[in-house]
Formats: sequence, C-alpha cells, structure tokens
Amino acid sequence: MNFFQLIGQSSLKFLAKLGRSSLFLLSILVALGHTLSRPALLIKQIYSIGALTFWLIAIAGLFVGMVLGLQGVYTLSTFGAESALGIMVAASLVRELGPVVSALLFAGRAGSALTAEIGLMKATEQLSAMEMMAIDPLKYIIAPRFFAGFISLPLLAALFSAIGVFGGYLAGVELLNVDSGAYWSQMQSAIDFHDDIINGIIKSLIFAWLISWIALFEGIDAVPTSAGISRATTRTVVNSAFAILLFDFLLTALMFGTS
Amino acid sequence: MQCKSIEILVGLFVSICIAALFFLALQVSNFSDMQDNGSYTVIAHFENAGGLKNKALVSMAGVPIGRVAEISFDTDNYDAQVKMRIDARYNKLPEDTSASILTSGLLGDKYIGLTPGGLDEFLQEGDTIELTQSALVLERLISKFLFNSSDKDK
Repeated sequence: MNFFQLIGQSSLKFLAKLGRSSLFLLSILVALGHTLSRPALLIKQIYSIGALTFWLIAIAGLFVGMVLGLQGVYTLSTFGAESALGIMVAASLVRELGPVVSALLFAGRAGSALTAEIGLMKATEQLSAMEMMAIDPLKYIIAPRFFAGFISLPLLAALFSAIGVFGGYLAGVELLNVDSGAYWSQMQSAIDFHDDIINGIIKSLIFAWLISWIALFEGIDAVPTSAGISRATTRTVVNSAFAILLFDFLLTALMFGTS
Repeated sequence: MQCKSIEILVGLFVSICIAALFFLALQVSNFSDMQDNGSYTVIAHFENAGGLKNKALVSMAGVPIGRVAEISFDTDNYDAQVKMRIDARYNKLPEDTSASILTSGLLGDKYIGLTPGGLDEFLQEGDTIELTQSALVLERLISKFLFNSSDKDK
C-alpha cells in the first residue's frame, strides 16, 4: 500500500507542478506586449543571456565541426566517398547537432544563471518588495528574460551550424585534402533550405521555449533557501537536458521520419 | 554610457548571428538556385521508375533544367507517372523529346535525362513526353548477362 501511495503522491505532485508552470507560462505570454513596449529591458537581457554565450557557442561549434570533419573523412574514405563529406557535416549540423548542442550549452550557461538569479531574488524578497511598490515582477523581471532566451537561442544555433560547417571545412579540406569544390557543391545540392534549415530553426525555437520556461519556473518555484536554490539550479539543467533530448526525438520523427 | 555599450554589443551579436543564418541559406543550402523564374509541368510515363526520387534532377545535355515534382502509380496503364517541373527559361523543347532514367556514376543518384527531338512544335504546360526509357535495374541486367552467357555454352 505504501508503494502505491508513493506513486500517487508523486504523480499528483507532478501534475500540480505542471499546472502551476502552465499558468506561469500563460501569464508570461500575457506580458509580451509590455515587454515589447520596453525594448531597453529586453536588450539588457539579450546581452546577458545571448551575447555573453556567443564565445562558448562559437568555439564549441568550431570544434564539433572539426571533429565531424575528421571522423567523416575516416569513415567515408573506406568507401572512397570523401566528396560526400560536405553533406555529412552540414546535414548533421543543421538538422541535429546545431539546435541540440547549442540548446544543451545554453541550458548550462544561461538557464542555470536565470534560475539562480530569480531564486535569489525570491530568497532575498526582492520580488515581494517590487510587488509592494506596485511593480509587477512578472512584467519587469520574468517576461524580458523569457523573450530574450526565445530570441537568443535560434540565433546562437544558426551561428553554431555556420561555424561548424566552416570547422568541417578546416579539418576536411585544409587538413585532410578533401576537394574543396566537392565539399561545397555536394553540400549545396543535398541541403534543402526549407526541409533542413527552416526545420532546424523551428527546433531551436522550441528548445528556447522549453529552456526559458523551465529555468524561470524553477527559479520562481524554488524553496527560498540556499539549499533550495542549488537544488532548483540542478533541476533546471537536468530537466532542460531531458526535455531537449526528448523533444528532439519527437521533432526529428515528425520532420524527417517520413522521408 | 554603459547602456550604450551594451546596446552596441547586442547589435553586434544579433548581426553576426543573422550573417551566420545568411551564410547557411546562401552557401550551405540550395536557396540560391530556388529563385523561381516560373516553370511548367511535363508528364512522362515510365515502365519502371526504379529508384527515382522526388526533387531528382532533370537534365538535358548534362545541364540541369528542372526537377522531378511528383512520382505516382498510374492505375490505368500500370506504370509510373512522373511529373517534372522544367524551368520556364527552357520553353523550347521539341514535342518529340525523349526521356530516360539514368544514373550518375555507378552508385549515384537517379536522374532524368532528356534528349531533344526534331519537331518544330514545343512542349507546353501539362504535355506528355511519349518516348521514354525505363530505369536500368542492375539485378535484371546481371541476370540477363548470366542467362545469355550460359545459353552460349550449350
């Protein structure tokens, strides 16, 4: 009996959390108009969430692209098909690695910071103080951060893919002497703008949505003690990673599963 | 002053990322050759469309002039019906042009090769190419070769 009680308790807890976070998301979306009418708040958040993640994403993209280039040549040369390297590098970056790896890095770099920041604001009662002054923290604190994440991640994912393609070029063409013309022309003939690039961007928009939502909700839902904030930060990173990988599978099955 | 530098950095960040997006669109994908200056549809029936795919190239004299738009099974004739979209720039293909399914290289992709005929009338939107040659199925070719050579031995 105890066992079933435990299951029931945890599923009720889960449902309650899902409900709370959905209401939270709804109220963020309602505050969208207010955020757009005050771009200064949004720009400040794009700076701390997006622009500061720039170098992390750029360097990660370069190295992931170079590794893909090296491994691609290693495998493809057994079939004498090094000229298909461009397709392999670009397709795997644009479709999967670009959106997913940049989302995972973004969750670790920006998502955890968001949770800690909001959690600390709650613990030091800054949010309550704002409410006392009739300033809605949802409009001034939460919503700008949400939309900054939503704007930044797709841009970062595009950057990741572009630099990765360049990294693959460096490793494959400059280092291992794959033909440069074959690299670019095979890539261009195989990668479709709508099917591959637009779908990759849609993926990263959905990941951005998930990460910002999870990070902000964990922050506002955190137990306002130092241990509570540390647990909430951990949960943000873990849950974001789970959500990203799960949704990536679902989206891949939807977008590319039939072809 | 500090506010201004943040705005500049955000501007730089956004413009670099949008430049990356343009790079993906123009250099990595086939966005640049998608500029549609109009196209018209031509239909061809093949006995066997084996391995032909949507968006396969349609070429004449080795130059790509269009793409395969749709491949379907024709229940009236029990053959494959292939719709091709040909670039409107090439609107002077003779009516008795013939189409064959070819392979680029030994293991490469299938594509449709058009060979011009000699008539003065040109293919229009929705016309059908009458002269077609099916895809070469490698297994059938090999079995024919083996069969013939064993015949000779007798």
